[in-house]
Amino acid sequence: MSNIHVTTKINGDPTEYLCAPDETLLDVLRDRLGMTGSKEGCGTGDCGACSVTINGRLVCSCLVLGAEAEGAEIETIEGMADGDQLHPLQQKFIEHAALQCGICTPGILVAAKSLLEKNPDPTEEEARYWLAGNLCRCTGYDKIIRAVLDTAADLRKAS
Amino acid sequence: MALDSKQVLDTQQFKIVGTRPLRPDGIDKVTGKARFGADITAPGMLIGKVLRSPHAHARIKSIDTSAAEAIEGVHAVVTRADFAEITDDDATADVLDNCMAGEKALYDGHAVAAVAASSGHIAKKALKAIKIDYEVLDHVTDVDRAIADGAPVLHEGRADESVPEGSSPNIMARYEFGHGDIDAGLAQADQVIERSYRTEATHQGYIEPHACLAQMSQDGQADLWCCTQGHYMVRNTCAAILGLDQGQLRVTASEIGGGFGGKTTVFLEPVALMLAKKSSRPVKMVMTRSEVLRATGPTASSSVDIRIGMTKDGRITAGFAELRYQGGAYPGSPVEMGSMSAFAPYDLENVKTVGWDVVTNRPKQAAYRAPGAPMAAFAVESAIDELAKGLGLDPLEVRLKNAAREGTKASYGPTYPAIGLEATLRTAKDHPHWTAPLGPNQGRGVACGFWFNFGGDTCVTLNITPDGTVTVSEGNPDIGGSRASMSMMAAEELGIPYNKVRTIVADTGSLGQNEVTDGSRVTFAVGLATIEAARAAKREMCRRVAKVWGIDEDAVEWRDGAVHPTGHNAGSHDPMTLAEIAAIASNTGGPIAGHHEANPEGAGVSFATHMVDTEVDPDTGAVKILRYTVFQDAGKAVHPAYVEGQFQGGATQGIGWALNEEYIYGEDGTLQNAGFLDYRIPVASDLPMIDTVILEIPNPGHPYGVRGVGETSIVPPLAAIANAVSEAAGVRMTDLPMSPPKVLKAMQDK
Repeated sequence: MSNIHVTTKINGDPTEYLCAPDETLLDVLRDRLGMTGSKEGCGTGDCGACSVTINGRLVCSCLVLGAEAEGAEIETIEGMADGDQLHPLQQKFIEHAALQCGICTPGILVAAKSLLEKNPDPTEEEARYWLAGNLCRCTGYDKIIRAVLDTAADLRKAS
Repeated sequence: MALDSKQVLDTQQFKIVGTRPLRPDGIDKVTGKARFGADITAPGMLIGKVLRSPHAHARIKSIDTSAAEAIEGVHAVVTRADFAEITDDDATADVLDNCMAGEKALYDGHAVAAVAASSGHIAKKALKAIKIDYEVLDHVTDVDRAIADGAPVLHEGRADESVPEGSSPNIMARYEFGHGDIDAGLAQADQVIERSYRTEATHQGYIEPHACLAQMSQDGQADLWCCTQGHYMVRNTCAAILGLDQGQLRVTASEIGGGFGGKTTVFLEPVALMLAKKSSRPVKMVMTRSEVLRATGPTASSSVDIRIGMTKDGRITAGFAELRYQGGAYPGSPVEMGSMSAFAPYDLENVKTVGWDVVTNRPKQAAYRAPGAPMAAFAVESAIDELAKGLGLDPLEVRLKNAAREGTKASYGPTYPAIGLEATLRTAKDHPHWTAPLGPNQGRGVACGFWFNFGGDTCVTLNITPDGTVTVSEGNPDIGGSRASMSMMAAEELGIPYNKVRTIVADTGSLGQNEVTDGSRVTFAVGLATIEAARAAKREMCRRVAKVWGIDEDAVEWRDGAVHPTGHNAGSHDPMTLAEIAAIASNTGGPIAGHHEANPEGAGVSFATHMVDTEVDPDTGAVKILRYTVFQDAGKAVHPAYVEGQFQGGATQGIGWALNEEYIYGEDGTLQNAGFLDYRIPVASDLPMIDTVILEIPNPGHPYGVRGVGETSIVPPLAAIANAVSEAAGVRMTDLPMSPPKVLKAMQDK
């Protein structure tokens, strides 16, 4: 089984890698490219800790093959801040104490950013359903939902 | 020197404690930089994987690893034969047997061999090449069936002396607590209730699977990186299993992606070290989610019988509980703590609990947040609720009437100092939630919960750097924001800004022994040691300044982050700040540090009252949580946002335990739902906001009055939700989880 050569753009950086035909994008990111911000909590698409976007679409990177990313633009947690400028969601998560252990945080942030890009004014229920694919075992989601809604409100004011 | 190490600061004096600064690990965690167990690599690293038993109970007749060893890229294969037997310590021997099966595989998923190979792909191939000859044995996974006549026996002759002769060989221990006379008490009651309750095993469900990276040199020095609640425990356990000197094994704790008790033992670490030893290469091991569910430590399942008597005006005259917990394939279910905590919230003249520790063909249980207490509280709090409602009494009033308070002799022995149960009940009663209207198919439930809290071995070193900033080294992995809390307490004590202190979790080579992060102990015990270490540093700084000023040590005092002259004979001197003292430390005797080592008593027991509204769908039996409020005593909330987070997280885990989560075993004894799709923990759309009310009844055992808060919050929800669902469904629910089919059936059968 020979490896496949893939050319992509990750967080804006042109990136090439070799991967096995059965290798997930998550394994490529973590094991080949050293981008360990995306986490594996289940490997079956149930926990959302590995959330990334491919060409703007929110996916579990454990359910995507590395080979499928040919020509795609991938955004991961590592690309969310702009240099030393945290994304407003990142800042609000810290301010609201919306993380405890932090293992689910990268996936939740990527998913929440995707929500706000599609829906800048989500209701609490919309935010809860959008994030229903991201498991958090520490917080009970209360402070996460508050942080997301508070960020949305701030971004609406700013725009 | 005017510094009383026993001083208890008044709440009003705090400048930093009680505020909500940003956590020091926040930026790394929101940017993906934080390094968890699986996020590290080493040069020349191999990948280790474990072969697991497909049988619930089987004798291992032979293992042939030769074909696996012959595969190109395989560098080591390990079985139990590689480990020396442990004969002097049953508990460690059980841990080894759980990490790598000996004569028998005792549950579905039990490790039987492991390989290290140059890639994960080759390692998986090698696992398939290992040939094991099993003799499959009868199995049992249910706690009540395990102690019935004729049940398959896991271990012959393991019962301790507490177990009466003639008992089932699957009973490992018996516990008894209480005082008074149950029969006499029941005779005084106007109403007596007898009920049986069952709960299923649940998993802690941390999102980060277990992971470690081990390396060992030929001279016996070893290094281990892992996600754990206690790297000192990992060191000691692995050293015992591998025959290493504790001093030669350095363990570094990674960031930990959730633990909730489940990471207070070892599963992979001794195996990774043995693979590293045999291969002379670093070995990384990471579990899959399926392995986590099948082979790490969920909590016990339980079966509890209750007898409680009550007078017409709501006084409990007697309480009796018999508790049977299965803790998987080895002794040590948390039934002792369940038996101790069952009636702990109440002031009872006649109370008795009997606990039975049962083994079954399930994974060896591990601690789960207040281990043993939620199931006991589910039974007791459900029965009290049913009695109160049957007598037409207010369930909060009944609890207030019987509530334990300062001076109450607890059902498990001690007499309570100042405690907060009554405060949580009164606050709950006055809260708008209690009187809010309910709609059709809706019900409201309340329940109380108790947890012991704990101290334990603790070391802290606090260093003053030459520029006057401060580093704190502690030995407990941070699972809920404890680095922030330690920095806050150090800054408070030293009178410097929070951001001038950085707290790190130091490796096992840097400090003495530290108990694992358990028993809600860290903010209490490590906080106490941090405060005492800061006080030691202050004493030293006072001494240095007195020397500089040429006056007695008694003639200086520490105030507002500086040393001041004090008293008539001190003379006139400008105060010296911490930074000024640090700058000249080299000329006044060398670097300045404070440290504190202790096993502090006085953790201070903790109580909570939970209130929940539920709605039951009459067509499907599905339960929705409409509103939830937690009332809990925190002693002193160092960082209130993290206290709220503990309350909310515990309540939510309790919601999962009450409604959804369960270990489902097939007829063949294999786990049927070893994944997050079928083992369903609560998701965001299942829940409302979780409201919290923090009560602060200072703990006299801590310099700032702190009590642990992490565990109590999972104790009341099972019963609170069952009480609410029972009201909404019009039928008493006594069997968890209250999944839709079960609730629907109960409603149809009523």
